[in-house]
Amino acid sequence: MTCCAPTPVFAEALAGGPDRGPSENEVRLASRDLGEGLRQSEFSVPSVHCGACIRTIETALDALPGIVSTRVNLSGKRVTVRWRESEIMPPMVRRMVELGYEPNIFSLEQAGKDASFTGLIRALAVAAFCSMNIMMFSGSVWAGADGPTRDLLHWICAALTLPALVYSGRVFYQSAWTALRAGRTNMDVPITIGIAMAFGLSLYDTMTSGHEVYFDAVASLIFFLLIGRTLDHAMRERARNAVKGLARLAPSGALVLDGKDGPAFLPLADIAPGSTVAVATGERIPLDGEVLTGASTLDKSLLTGESLAEPVGPGETVPAGALNLSGPLTVRTTADERGSTLNRLVTLLEDAEASRNRYRRIADRAAAWYSPVVHLAAALAFVLWMLFNGDLHNATTIAIAVLIITCPCALGLAVPMVQVMAARRLFEAGIMVRDGAALERLAEVDMVIFDKTGTLTSGLATPIALSGAPEDLALASSLAARSRHPYSIAIARAFRSARDLAWTDVIEHPGLGIEARLDRHLYRLGRSGWSGPDDENAGTTLSCDGEPLATFTFEDHLRPNAAAGVDSLLANSLDAQILSGDRPKLVEKLAARLGIAGQGGLLPQDKFNHVNGLEQSGRRVLMVGDGLNDTPAMARAHVSMAPGTAIDIGRNAADFVFLRNDLAAVPAAIAIAREANVLVRQNLVLAMLYNAIALPVAIAGLVNPFVAAVAMSASSVVVVVNALRLGWHPLRRPPVAQLKDRTA
Amino acid sequence: MTDFFYLIPISIVLGLLGLLVFLWTLRNGQYDDLDGAAERLLYEEDVPRNDRPH
Repeated sequence: MTCCAPTPVFAEALAGGPDRGPSENEVRLASRDLGEGLRQSEFSVPSVHCGACIRTIETALDALPGIVSTRVNLSGKRVTVRWRESEIMPPMVRRMVELGYEPNIFSLEQAGKDASFTGLIRALAVAAFCSMNIMMFSGSVWAGADGPTRDLLHWICAALTLPALVYSGRVFYQSAWTALRAGRTNMDVPITIGIAMAFGLSLYDTMTSGHEVYFDAVASLIFFLLIGRTLDHAMRERARNAVKGLARLAPSGALVLDGKDGPAFLPLADIAPGSTVAVATGERIPLDGEVLTGASTLDKSLLTGESLAEPVGPGETVPAGALNLSGPLTVRTTADERGSTLNRLVTLLEDAEASRNRYRRIADRAAAWYSPVVHLAAALAFVLWMLFNGDLHNATTIAIAVLIITCPCALGLAVPMVQVMAARRLFEAGIMVRDGAALERLAEVDMVIFDKTGTLTSGLATPIALSGAPEDLALASSLAARSRHPYSIAIARAFRSARDLAWTDVIEHPGLGIEARLDRHLYRLGRSGWSGPDDENAGTTLSCDGEPLATFTFEDHLRPNAAAGVDSLLANSLDAQILSGDRPKLVEKLAARLGIAGQGGLLPQDKFNHVNGLEQSGRRVLMVGDGLNDTPAMARAHVSMAPGTAIDIGRNAADFVFLRNDLAAVPAAIAIAREANVLVRQNLVLAMLYNAIALPVAIAGLVNPFVAAVAMSASSVVVVVNALRLGWHPLRRPPVAQLKDRTA
Repeated sequence: MTDFFYLIPISIVLGLLGLLVFLWTLRNGQYDDLDGAAERLLYEEDVPRNDRPH
């Protein structure tokens, strides 16, 4: 164990046993095929944070058979593992969990390297090279070079501007062209016109040995604007693929028993309603249906959020997506793939994403009035100077100076620079943000809705022994280890005993409990009333030949800082609520404990309707949830957040994912988003102030290339420095522990 | 003054060289894990690893 890895006890307390983390099948599905029998998996491991962690993980994983190489990325807190495909998958997830580094499957960025981002960086590098070299020569011109020397320097500048103009500037021309063709105008239109005209006029002046050229302005304009564009791209929305991931949760096929050619494993699309399918223990129900034979317990937590497994027997209906826990079932299907419960959720999710009111980003709103004003000002300057002295060259120069000096360098940097800083702060706090617009939306939130199971609670029940001697508890733990029921797993984990007992005749009774024989005594562990006398307080009893030995009750295990996080939200006059699919009684108990309102027994559609109603009444809702049942509501809410332990779909649908097992992430994220919002507004004011001063000066014809270069750089630097203030509070400590007392 | 003009192409070529080196390091993935590189210096054995993408 290293100095920095979380202690095993703490890691154990987080959630689950050594089997937590993504399952083998999930890892295999998410891995990428490299060819030649090699696969590559990427994990996000938030607890990696120093060199010793790198070394621990890399040596431990490299030592596993079947693993070709392991590479830890400390900046991204990722682990990339390449493994050889064979029958048995190397137990990499388990090994990492044992070391205290809980991995999550990394699918957010898995789309591969962002080619256009690297392209932007390359364009930026070229623009930087050009503009800096041009500045060197322009300096000589400003210092007083004249005659043939000046002309030569001008020619060199022109040559150096060309790569920036042709290669780096493409980004703006393409965007401007798309906008113009669609009959719109955007920020890139005045930029393109300004760049093109400035270059053309400067070239003309160079040929005619003119005094003033704007090559330096053109190159540095492209450079500054590209910085803004690159930062913005880093924060740009990634394609949402939440819906696509849903398919993974449904098995791709099922074993049909009454097929035409005998039993066969068919793809879901080919299974007609009325077919008989077999569902083995540990599989998900493929299609909605009715149980024909068999008895088992179902874990429906994926669909409803209900944490308690539900017993099913012949004649009862089972929904697609539920996990079959304890016994094999045969099911007669009642719906085909399209009519299935899972598919209805897909449709709901698609509707929700479509109906989420299209949020217009602050930068876009600023751009909407910006370009008409600039065009008008430039045209006005041209007309006025033509009327004033009729000198075409002079009037054109001034019009171009207006276009260049008002170019939105500072405006382009104002928003993305702050958002990149905010994303970095969030990342340090273990929160990943999907896009910049989400940050702006989060700052507007006035209400937070939590899901219960898996979000407020860790989704695992904690057993509390009401009675029983230590050796009886060990007995219960040993027996419970024979069952897959969530409560049994919880007991087995909580009262772990070293010795394993030789149980015989182990039978699991769905919905009741487990029984087994030891030394000619019959032991039962299960529901009170079945295993022993009925007990009001105890949910579960261990009995020996009918005599109760130990009794247990179960309590939801709250996530760390759940109460503190909710208090912090309430203290900042945000409303908080719980919406859960779990039993109303449990939800109310938890809500009372946290001091907020709570509603239980809700279906995914109910949650969606609730959030929809709030949004329509003008509330701005942050939905924090993890399950499939929360996903439609999350997509409808103004902004959404999911824990890293959430299912793939939940994580993909969420705007924010918090990777640490700590609900303090919610108020922390809101605090950072609000601070970022303040800085964005300050920056926009600064950028506009600069334009307000520069525009009259330019129209008056007082701008020369030197003034333009200085003004442009200075305004950009001011905006960047202001953005860097995010999270820097020399007068306040601790830094982001409290929210500022203001409502959105 | 004009005697020193031969310095201009030299400076441009040197700048260009810097640009090309930067583009190469970018392609080479040297900016993928800046924090990790700083730590690895302290811990890693001085042997090449076998996990380079090319």
